[in-house]
Amino acid sequence: MTNLWMDIKHADVITVMGGNAAEAHPCGFKWVVEAKAHNNAKLIVVDPRFTRTASVADVYCPIRQGTDIAFLSGVAKYLLDNDQIQHRYVAAYSNAGFVVKEGFDFQEGLFAGYDPEKRDYDKSTWDYEIGEDGYAVVDETMQHPRCVMQLLKKHIAIYTPEMVERVCGSPKAKFLEVCKIIATTASPERTMTSLYALGWTHHSKGSQNIRSMCIVQTLLGNIGMLGGGMNALRGHSNIQGLTDIGLMSNLIPGYLNIPTEKEPTYEKYIAKRDFKPLRPGQMSYWQNYNKFFVSFQKAMWGDKATKENGWAYDYLPKLDVPTYDVMRGFELAKQGKMTGYIIQGFNPLLSFPNRAKMTEAFSKMKFVVVMDPLKTETARFWENHGEYNDVDPSKIQTEVFELPTTIFAEEEGSLANSSRWLQWHWQAQDAPGECRPDIDIMAGIFLRMKEMYKRDGGAFPDPIVNLKWDYAIEHSPTPVELARELNGYTLAPIPDANGNTIPAGRQVDGFAQLKDDGTTACGCWVYSGCYTEKGNMMARRDNTDPGDRGIAPNWAFAWPANRRVLYNRASCDPEGKPWSEKKKLIEWNGKQWVGFDVPDYGPAVAPEKGMGPFILNQEGVARLFTRGLMRDGPFPTHYEPFESPMANIPFPKIKGAPAARIFKGDLADLGTSDEFPYAATSYRLTEHFHGWTKHARLNAIVQPEAFVEISEELAKEKGIVKGGWVRVWSKRGSLKAKAVVTKRIKPLMCDGKAVHVVGIPQHWGFVGLTKKGWHPNSLTPVVGDANTETPEFKAWLVNIEATTAPAGAVA
Amino acid sequence: MTVQVSRRGLLKGLGAGLAGGSLGALGFGGLEPAMAASVRPYKLAQMRETRNTCPYCSVACGVILYSLGDKSKNARAAVMHVEGDPDHPVNRGTLCPKGSSLLDFIQAETRTKHPMYRAPGTAEFKRVSWDFALDRIATLLKEDRDRNFIAKHDELTVNRWVTTGFLAASATSCETAWMTYKTVRSMGALVFDNQARV
Repeated sequence: MTNLWMDIKHADVITVMGGNAAEAHPCGFKWVVEAKAHNNAKLIVVDPRFTRTASVADVYCPIRQGTDIAFLSGVAKYLLDNDQIQHRYVAAYSNAGFVVKEGFDFQEGLFAGYDPEKRDYDKSTWDYEIGEDGYAVVDETMQHPRCVMQLLKKHIAIYTPEMVERVCGSPKAKFLEVCKIIATTASPERTMTSLYALGWTHHSKGSQNIRSMCIVQTLLGNIGMLGGGMNALRGHSNIQGLTDIGLMSNLIPGYLNIPTEKEPTYEKYIAKRDFKPLRPGQMSYWQNYNKFFVSFQKAMWGDKATKENGWAYDYLPKLDVPTYDVMRGFELAKQGKMTGYIIQGFNPLLSFPNRAKMTEAFSKMKFVVVMDPLKTETARFWENHGEYNDVDPSKIQTEVFELPTTIFAEEEGSLANSSRWLQWHWQAQDAPGECRPDIDIMAGIFLRMKEMYKRDGGAFPDPIVNLKWDYAIEHSPTPVELARELNGYTLAPIPDANGNTIPAGRQVDGFAQLKDDGTTACGCWVYSGCYTEKGNMMARRDNTDPGDRGIAPNWAFAWPANRRVLYNRASCDPEGKPWSEKKKLIEWNGKQWVGFDVPDYGPAVAPEKGMGPFILNQEGVARLFTRGLMRDGPFPTHYEPFESPMANIPFPKIKGAPAARIFKGDLADLGTSDEFPYAATSYRLTEHFHGWTKHARLNAIVQPEAFVEISEELAKEKGIVKGGWVRVWSKRGSLKAKAVVTKRIKPLMCDGKAVHVVGIPQHWGFVGLTKKGWHPNSLTPVVGDANTETPEFKAWLVNIEATTAPAGAVA
Repeated sequence: MTVQVSRRGLLKGLGAGLAGGSLGALGFGGLEPAMAASVRPYKLAQMRETRNTCPYCSVACGVILYSLGDKSKNARAAVMHVEGDPDHPVNRGTLCPKGSSLLDFIQAETRTKHPMYRAPGTAEFKRVSWDFALDRIATLLKEDRDRNFIAKHDELTVNRWVTTGFLAASATSCETAWMTYKTVRSMGALVFDNQARV
């Protein structure tokens, strides 16, 4: 989230799209209710189903899953056609006036530079024209035919209200009603907040779904404002933490990159990351990349990372593909190329697409290690559970380990919530049995490997034996010791901003003190400031909220640097005065930026310097056009899901998303609407959290068994009765569940044809207290977003029929 | 670390006052002292309160965990009750159906309690010791890394290992995540992911 949970109370318009906040984030949703009750806010819900969020909305507009870009581009077109934008904000704080190079083009659904063989783009024309002064050329009148504003208008011209109705199944009058309400937030006094979640991310163009709302919010001037922002309502309690610390194939903590083979030396790697400003006077804060990278290497390898050896650059593995994400990992496993998997608190047998492929992949591995506090299906992929897991253990040669771990109540540490708050928690009970913290388990495995490498040698032991490891108890590092590493510390005396010297061995106050000369170490630069010499900032529990701004600045620690609303400089006009006195957050007092929040800006940078609010961007402004930074295009484009009930109406030659990666075997595993006429989607229930709560008695009682939801119309067509058993199947698999026949789902009229939605919630498996059931991933395809490889869990095709109960099922 | 909140004092007072209060309001005023003497002290008032965060979704509601067990050597602390933290600025003491049922997660019958091992081709888990499990896992990892580590590719130094995969958990703490990152990355592993992507 760029903003916060409580901040939602300041919104004048709340758009819940690509998410279902009332059901998925019930306690956070109270802030939507506050906004309606005390700020006269209007709630808009756009969703394939009439969810509980929709039930308290002022306007509900149906939409076919996978068509959000068409809908939101239609909203952007409405705003521009009716000149309902925040003019000064767009002029000063966006790249609307930037001129794009000659050669950039978009024809019939594809941008210039597409290679159909590689399913990839040469993005060299997707960039600004550079002037003689070395900076991007800007036309402040925004009339140049190649300026971003004109290109954007051209790009979204096709998304008329009529097109939106045809593609999305959203009735034109409803769509226009939504546009009108959203357009009211173009006023500097009014803001809209966008609340979204997996309904946007779980698509083969998930990143572009989000981008299309970023464009709307930028045109409306809602970023950096109270009650505004782009607010990703994340899933797990520390998904934000795992994202920030970058436990992914291609990341280093703090959104740095693992090098590729094309960057064989440190010099080559860092040369590409100078992030020079594209306009005069811009901060382009990523210019400090080297300080964060060097400090990270020092945190990992201490004295062994030196200037002479490129800061132990060779210790980092180099990528030969963009990323070894989970779909690639299990594609390799299916091909027999993975020896084993270590699985910490994850249940991929259920959570990853194409269950049959997952079972095959696991069965070919030599070993699988599961670390979990609960007994999972993944740990038992080899165990026969009749129809629910139809395998023959005698044919599966995998060694499987199940290691018991502690849970939240049995350890201390921090979690990062959706609004970037790092909150420390404390231990309340001793763990049962022989449970151990994950920290001790990873340390145990690592130290044994290190010992064997020291004793017996082997493949390149250096990064392992030289990993910095100076914990008081070697086999049991404490959360406090680890938190202190994440914050960062000095390795030698360094000067601070006032010219004083900070001695060696001190926690740094923040990332501004990090250096690129080896005198500082820091595990994760964006977390710097969380555990300083003043102590554990994440443990702070002062809930006062000066000015009732909804930011609680002294409760825990928010990254970065305890800034609560990101881009908050944009809450003021170019002269430094708040756009709205009522929504004041910070302001320029002649000498510095002061107010309720820590300025997300140079604290003493005067407005007349013309430095933009988006200080991480080289341009200093928000991007309507994203240059070559997204693989699938600098503007969002409507593409159909890989399995869709319809052809792509605006771009009939295009199937699926042109730059999304799909493995050959998975392409062959896609079905068509002839065999699978219905549009399936997956989602979650309020009473359950993934596959965890089926182990918790109360949750198992309130939602004991699997079901699918269909409309009354589809039920009548197929002879399915409420509460009757149905079989739902796709090209990849089959499941049985009870049918819930509901008015909450209605057929969507798309281009004159009725599209039926089949809704499949995902909380049942073959272990736990609930009745045994199947997960929608028995049916889903293995294809993901072009930028993130997030699988397309939210839109695929199925067929459905009435059937009898599975063998042994309780009626 | 315990957190001193004023509610314990409030609860102690309540035990005596509440029962008397409602009866008094119904017109049975004279009963109060006798009633108060017969009400046993709330068990809750004797428990230790610890601030924690709900482990489920990303609202990260504040919870108060009430546990018994005074941390003396043989007294294992056990959580007996879970409530929302009324001081928390986001959830203000409320919990959803998942958070409200946290005690059932903490006390779930199907919690793992001992290291288990399933040998190839067999049909059940067998209980093993931690040392057996960790020794065997480290051996398997080292064997695979030694066999399949790629030091060079076309003259370039690449130092990568892509035949063992790692999946990290997004309900573990940041400190756990950092320990996992350090150790896994030091092995040169690239097949490494977590729920953030999925």
